[in-house]
Amino acid sequence: MAQHTNKRATTQAVTANRLLDGEVVYFTADGSWSDWLKDADVADGKEACAALLAKTEPSVAAQQVVEPYLFEVAVEDGAIVPASVREKIRMAGPTIRLDLGKQAASA
Amino acid sequence: MYRYDEFDHRLVKERVTQFRGQVERRLAGDITEDQFKPLRLMNGVYLQLHAYMLRVAVPYGTLSGSQMHMLADIATKYDKGYGHFTTRQNIQYNWPALSDIPAILDDLASVEMHAIQTSGNCIRNVTSDQYAGAAAGEVDDPRIWSEIIRQWSTFHPEFTFLPRKFKFAVCGMNEDRAAIRFHDIGIEVVKGKDDAPAFDIYVGGGQGRTPMIGHLIGAAVPAVDLIAYLESIMRVYNMNGRRDNLYKARIKILVHALGAEEMKRQVEEEFVHVKEKGVVHLPEEEIARIRAYFAPPAYETLPDESSALNEAMADNKKFADWVKTNVAEHKVDGYAIANISLKPVGGVAGDASDDQMHVMADLAAQYSFDELRVTHEQNIVLAHVKKDDLFALWQGLEKAALGTPNLALITDHIVCPGLDYCALANARSIPISQEIAERFNDLDRQHNIGELKVKISGCINACGHHHVGHIGILGVDKKGTEFYQISLGGSADENASIGDILGPAFTEDEIADAIETIVETYINIRQEGERFIDTYARVGKEPFKETLYATH
Amino acid sequence: MPLIKNGKFADDNWVLVGDDDELPTDTPVIVSAARWQAERDALIGRNAPLGVKLEAGEAPELIADDLDRLQLVAVNFPAFKDGRGFSYASLLRDRYGFDGEVRAVGEVLRDQWSLMVRCGFDAFDVADGTKIDAFQEALGEFSHVYQATGDGKKTVWQLRHGG
Ligand code: HEM
Ligand code: SF4
Repeated sequence: MAQHTNKRATTQAVTANRLLDGEVVYFTADGSWSDWLKDADVADGKEACAALLAKTEPSVAAQQVVEPYLFEVAVEDGAIVPASVREKIRMAGPTIRLDLGKQAASA
Repeated sequence: MYRYDEFDHRLVKERVTQFRGQVERRLAGDITEDQFKPLRLMNGVYLQLHAYMLRVAVPYGTLSGSQMHMLADIATKYDKGYGHFTTRQNIQYNWPALSDIPAILDDLASVEMHAIQTSGNCIRNVTSDQYAGAAAGEVDDPRIWSEIIRQWSTFHPEFTFLPRKFKFAVCGMNEDRAAIRFHDIGIEVVKGKDDAPAFDIYVGGGQGRTPMIGHLIGAAVPAVDLIAYLESIMRVYNMNGRRDNLYKARIKILVHALGAEEMKRQVEEEFVHVKEKGVVHLPEEEIARIRAYFAPPAYETLPDESSALNEAMADNKKFADWVKTNVAEHKVDGYAIANISLKPVGGVAGDASDDQMHVMADLAAQYSFDELRVTHEQNIVLAHVKKDDLFALWQGLEKAALGTPNLALITDHIVCPGLDYCALANARSIPISQEIAERFNDLDRQHNIGELKVKISGCINACGHHHVGHIGILGVDKKGTEFYQISLGGSADENASIGDILGPAFTEDEIADAIETIVETYINIRQEGERFIDTYARVGKEPFKETLYATH
Repeated sequence: MPLIKNGKFADDNWVLVGDDDELPTDTPVIVSAARWQAERDALIGRNAPLGVKLEAGEAPELIADDLDRLQLVAVNFPAFKDGRGFSYASLLRDRYGFDGEVRAVGEVLRDQWSLMVRCGFDAFDVADGTKIDAFQEALGEFSHVYQATGDGKKTVWQLRHGG
């Protein structure tokens, strides 16, 4: 899934799918995974991003998540916003079924 | 329809046990994701944008009422109350937990269903004509041969790690509703010696990023040789198909590189050896055994005209509209083929809720010998309905919002899941379909436009068949924005053709206008009795390009 | 690497010899198809069993005429996804009637063993730590088969009709 990573992006967070149920999750500052992007740890700059991604290796080895990858975000008024349509859809749910996905629970 | 015997049952159960073990090994960390992925794919389990996706095979699109009930129950119990019927006549669930999938497979096995080989680089679910056994002019029921191929290809020891996925389609007559020329192997049943069923075998068709039309390689291959011939094609492909480049790995690329003649020569050389081996590949008794399952149902003797139908049509315009579009001729007097559209305007093409699945299953039990078909155009068919019963059937459908009268009209699209679900997508396809459907919602206008097949894919993999749409729409990504490229003139039937790309792509906001411009152009220049595809064949793309890009 | 042959762990007396390595005397050796072709006569002149290793892309046709001089053919799987070797084994057994050892080497998954046995492999290089129980279990996962291969197993289609 690494192809979804924008190599020139500077501000990024890490996402993956949970192994057991496939749920979209985000890597947090305390080294756990959250269902919500607002909890994600955000890194700035190439090295910090690479370091953030590296921190997720143990949870892959521990069968918690599948294929973590970096994706571009912006921090706007304190809120974390994904740059791509793809990641916007992942964090919310299908745009044609607002009753499904995370958007259903958060509404 | 086919029923499992003890052997089929046992093998499917053993497969569930095997998969349960594979999931356990993955969850325990005995195998990595890289090792698990091909194993889960071989059993139809993908990881998509939001969750796992499970693809369940509906062999050649035929299922019983109780199977449809079970599909509904699975949607309720393990998923979010709906399923997606696909162009490969399968059903996909979008939200199952990995840990639940072995239990889902147990439930499926209890009604003779499975997810075997619905993905992976192996022989996939065989697809067929949704009017099999019901259409006039059929040489033989293609499902007999599809079932034979299903069994032969299940856990094939030699052909399970092919260069790439491999798709078969079979049709039983020269009218092609199964898009056989766009499959890795497409088979048409023809009359052979003494009028016995024989097979025209097309090889190397496909869509994806390099769409190609299959070549006729084996002409009128007799039934005794069918499996040996298929083994020969598969072996030539398995040994010589490209494995260095994912995008060049399909058999169509091999056929293209060798040329159809050379491919035929290599297959026939192999065939001589395979035959020499002397193994009885397909016993006569086995053909007869499988054939018996597809014997015609117990039709009543009826007059072809139904006064009940005629009266209901005269009384009820809405019903008459539905009959006009969604009902097709049946080969038996007094019967008809009823199409259930899964394309309500504003809905998601191919999706059905658990309740709707139950309704369709009940109606099938009541009016169509307890049997349903999934079509490659993502609709459902009840193949043997008495004309006298059509009105009651329609009323039942209407109550469940399944009476949309738009078959093959401009609001009946093939649509892939696109960026709303698919991890490979460049753009969304479902909202585009919805916008177009809403734009052309007026039924009189749809009828005035006539047959027009719109097919939409969210990326170049072409799961939405855009190459063979009369109007094809392909989602592309330009610097993070979704754009849509239009092609015209594709066709998946016996007059197979690949659409021509018109020009620069449109944004989401422009696409419905663009389609409208194309349709208006057609209306202005069509001649008496011409469908869109006929007009296009006559005039080519220039007139459409002119009007479409003139205003741009 | 441990070797499983005919369903049991077995001693491996064979030595895989690189193209530029010196040939040991009196030891069974496995050489590449290229070396076999280049040094055919010298190899035949040795007084020890001979094997050839086929890479993916080297179909058995390459050595078909010499099979009666060989006691072993190793088929390499550069990646488990590369299934060419399944056809190679089928051809070795069914077409060319080879009755020596056909050994699968390279990247092979547990879930491929039973298919490989059906195609004619009788020996497997397996990863260290592999348990023979796992091998037996993998082979026993399916009780019946639909396809006729050289292993002579009765197919479901035969069994249904008293075959
Ligand atoms: C959502 C998960 C899906 C994924 C990841 C996926 C992936 C792909 C890929 C990679 C290809 C291109 C293969 C190639 O060119 O070699 C393809 C082709 C195709 N897929 Fe899908 N697909 C998905 C869903 C679907 C659905 C929902 C349908 C039916 C509506 C479908 C039907 C097809 C068809 C008909 C083709 C073209 C056949 C051909 O390649 O010749 N797929 N798919
Ligand atoms: S065409 Fe592309 S976007 Fe659509 S389902 Fe196939 S892979 Fe996904």
